[in-house]
Amino acid sequence: MYKKVLLAADGSDHSIRAASHAAKVAKIDQGKIDIVYAVDGKTSKEDVLHGLDKYQVKKERKEKLKPIIDVIEAADLECETHFVHGEPGPSIVDFANNNDYDCVVVGSRGLNKVQTMILGSVSHKIAKRVHCPVLIVK
Amino acid sequence: MNIAKLKETWFGNVRGDVLAGIVVALALIPEAIAFSIIAGVDPMVGLYASFCIAVVIAFVGGRPGMISAATGAMALLMVTLVADHGLQYLLAATILTGVLQILFGVFKLATVMKFVPRSVMVGFVNALAILIFMAQIQHFEGEGLLMYSLVALTLAIIYIFPKLTKIIPSTLVAIIVVTVMAIYFGFDIRSVGDLGNLSSELPVFLLPDIPLTFETLAIIFPYSLSLAVVGLLESLLTANIVDDMTDTESDKNKESRGQGIANIVSGFFGGMAGCAMIGQSVINVKSGGNGRLSALVAGVFLMFLIIVLGGLVVQIPMAALAGVMIMVSISTFDWSSVKNLHKIPRTDAAVMVITVVTVVVTHDLSIGVLAGVLLSAIFFAAKISKVTVTQIVAVKGKKKVYKVDGQIFFASVNDLVAKFNFNEGIEEVEIDLTNAHLWDDSAIGALDKIESKFEQNHVKVEYVGLNAESKSLKKKIGGLSKASGH
Repeated sequence: MYKKVLLAADGSDHSIRAASHAAKVAKIDQGKIDIVYAVDGKTSKEDVLHGLDKYQVKKERKEKLKPIIDVIEAADLECETHFVHGEPGPSIVDFANNNDYDCVVVGSRGLNKVQTMILGSVSHKIAKRVHCPVLIVK
Repeated sequence: MNIAKLKETWFGNVRGDVLAGIVVALALIPEAIAFSIIAGVDPMVGLYASFCIAVVIAFVGGRPGMISAATGAMALLMVTLVADHGLQYLLAATILTGVLQILFGVFKLATVMKFVPRSVMVGFVNALAILIFMAQIQHFEGEGLLMYSLVALTLAIIYIFPKLTKIIPSTLVAIIVVTVMAIYFGFDIRSVGDLGNLSSELPVFLLPDIPLTFETLAIIFPYSLSLAVVGLLESLLTANIVDDMTDTESDKNKESRGQGIANIVSGFFGGMAGCAMIGQSVINVKSGGNGRLSALVAGVFLMFLIIVLGGLVVQIPMAALAGVMIMVSISTFDWSSVKNLHKIPRTDAAVMVITVVTVVVTHDLSIGVLAGVLLSAIFFAAKISKVTVTQIVAVKGKKKVYKVDGQIFFASVNDLVAKFNFNEGIEEVEIDLTNAHLWDDSAIGALDKIESKFEQNHVKVEYVGLNAESKSLKKKIGGLSKASGH
């Protein structure tokens, strides 16, 4: 049923929470979890400015996802990390729709109405535009 | 270069590049005008520069998808040159800047970038942001509430409009709204036309009208050197950011050369020196541009708009431009560095702050970078000059072993010598250098000094455990001093 699960994550607390739920979903069929981390322009700028070189930048991003990978490996599941570049919403949607997943899991930042209006909700965009079932973890 | 690859970098993404180029052109116009005003020249100088540099870089740059034009960092460096000597000297300095940058490119000095520590780069962008903001304060002087409310309106539109649509740049919408309001209500406020002329003409090739003497060179050279260094610093940083955003590689030495060629062309066509722009490049990539065509479209469309709409552009109120510049300074500033200031090593924080303070005080980005680099070098030397010496008594009252740990060089030798006890009344001393590294003649000098001090007290000294590199250094330098000493 859920052989290929996509987990959208950025290393934040809500994405770690989402990881544990992704693990539960994938566990049903002992499926594989792909982690996707969207790097937007602002993050690119900050990371390049603070990182020593591009290898360092890549390493630091991987380290950010370490707690997520830990959660998945603790559940004895296979996982792979992908990085996409661009606005988190659309780039994750594209990645999900181009790669035929059985389920997409994403954490919700838990913003209030005003914050959502200003910051926009990545999880809403994903829920609306991804073609497969989407699990939003609150 | 083969044709297929050339075609790919130019026409691999036509639709995305053309649309992004148009967006960038619209966002470039207010910035080019505002940066001209910062530099103290007519808006046309910045607009011609943006046109020339964007178009030339499209052909000769090393990083497709990156946008170069007249920039704040460069404009801030030329203020005193323009004030003291005028536009013609600025044009000459721009050409010389280009020549220096080509030389940097030819001698592959792009790699020198790695000697600029990250904390200095962070200080650089923060200082740049602060200077751009400070340059706006003059526009508020002697103005009333109207000025403040129009700036507030501009900023409100810039930050809220993207929630509705991201297709049209919000800075452009803000400028149009505020300009239309100013014309419609006949506001009595300063506009672009009050600060300089704007002609709807294409730039023409002209030699700068300056005496070709050594004196001229002495005037412009320091400015050109600062411009060349700062321009490359920002361009290569931007190239790295675009590399990361597009997940592709770029040729940094070709980019240095390209920046040089672009500045030379700009100078001959009446434009000021420029470099790559972080903000505009991010806008370009976000809008879907990643090929050479995007920079070309940006430059050409900008010139087209100025020729068609020149009469309207002069009516843009300064309030709208100041608002745009405040936005530019807010987005240039690296806020994460302030947020994490207490988390990063204290020396790094000090370097960042010193870089910012130096720039704000001197109004010169290149002096700030120099101060930052020197300070980090001193901190680094201080950090690695910590030497530890442990003493072990081997044979009581007779022999002692000293174990030396650390880097032995000019900054650490004073510490090292002080750590030995020369008057202990023992017969023999063994100095174990297994965990030490000798770096320079000060290190060898220190070892000789230790040896002779012990020998004065009739203690026999033996050095053991030198690594190969240290050994050959000691042989090369130490051999000489020993031979003459005995």
